[in-house]
Amino acid sequence: MPNKMKANDMPTADHTLDEILNLASVHFKVPRDKLKPDDDFFKALGIDSLQTLELLTRLEHHFHVELPDYELQGVTDFRTLAGKIQARL
Amino acid sequence: MKLSPSHSAHDGKALSWRVREGVIELALHREPCNELGSLALDELEQFADAFGSLQREAHALIIYSDLKAGFCAGADLRELYRRSQAMDKTEALKGVRDFLERIHRVLNLIDAAPLTTIAAVHGVTFGGGFELALACDLIIADKMARFCFPELRLGLIPGFGGIPRLKRDLGNAVVRDLLLTGRSFNATKAQQIGLVSQVVAEGEALRAARATAAQLGKFDPDTAAAAKRFIKPIPHDELRQEIDLFCELFSRPAVEAGLKKFVDSTEAQPYLP
Repeated sequence: MPNKMKANDMPTADHTLDEILNLASVHFKVPRDKLKPDDDFFKALGIDSLQTLELLTRLEHHFHVELPDYELQGVTDFRTLAGKIQARL
Repeated sequence: MKLSPSHSAHDGKALSWRVREGVIELALHREPCNELGSLALDELEQFADAFGSLQREAHALIIYSDLKAGFCAGADLRELYRRSQAMDKTEALKGVRDFLERIHRVLNLIDAAPLTTIAAVHGVTFGGGFELALACDLIIADKMARFCFPELRLGLIPGFGGIPRLKRDLGNAVVRDLLLTGRSFNATKAQQIGLVSQVVAEGEALRAARATAAQLGKFDPDTAAAAKRFIKPIPHDELRQEIDLFCELFSRPAVEAGLKKFVDSTEAQPYLP
């Protein structure tokens, strides 16, 4: 059944989190093993607000989702960020 | 007619222009992200003065940014706050209205130019920067471009013609979403809603704009100008109303508080969400 297949194809929350960590590692040149799910991504990646906007754009393109800024206000760790993305997949 | 050197090329502190293969290229390069303050406006007015002569040897205009941060972060709010604090409220409001009238004249000139105009954008394209792009006929966006009208956070509306020009190009429902939420959106979304005509890979917007400008040069310029007049009316009445509404809002205490919060922020780019 198409719906069931679609459900099976949807990445799990852990998979989404893993992809975010991989993407952040590659684009901000931080070794993957230094990044942990509950890390503050501003500190872990050493990024300013402009680079945060870049991260947001890269995540939107990678996951093919739209992430309104107001839904991400107060989000500072990778795990919560993954949850926000997962909710839009 | 051969242009005088002072008109055919200019290297300023905020922007530069030159004619290259029949295309005027206007580059923005004022750190941190091409904020539009009095310096940029002075140079935009110099460009406007030269624009008539430049058009005699060009069929297109490309506006782009030389800065990695993006196309343009919008109005120079720090300067706006500093100047407003240095004068009484009546004087400050007069200064704001004067600034708006001047930048509207420049953007209206670009909007109505007989040649075809292209904004090649990347990165931050916010507020007044977004409005500058909207004055152009085509917007070509790097996939990392990001658009936003953040003015409501300050208790203001866009003041450089953004709402009338956005309304001209998009459905009113989308305009309300972008304006009232103040959210930013990427180039793919901008293309989906009909704002951007081409989305290209990172770092490719200027190249794509040059290729597009070369294509435009194959056609009769008078026909192109006639087509543009037919399909791209200038919303003069709404542009006037926008200035009045902006000035009405600007005189409220909430705006001063919003600007102060912005200026006091320790963020390098406090205009970001």
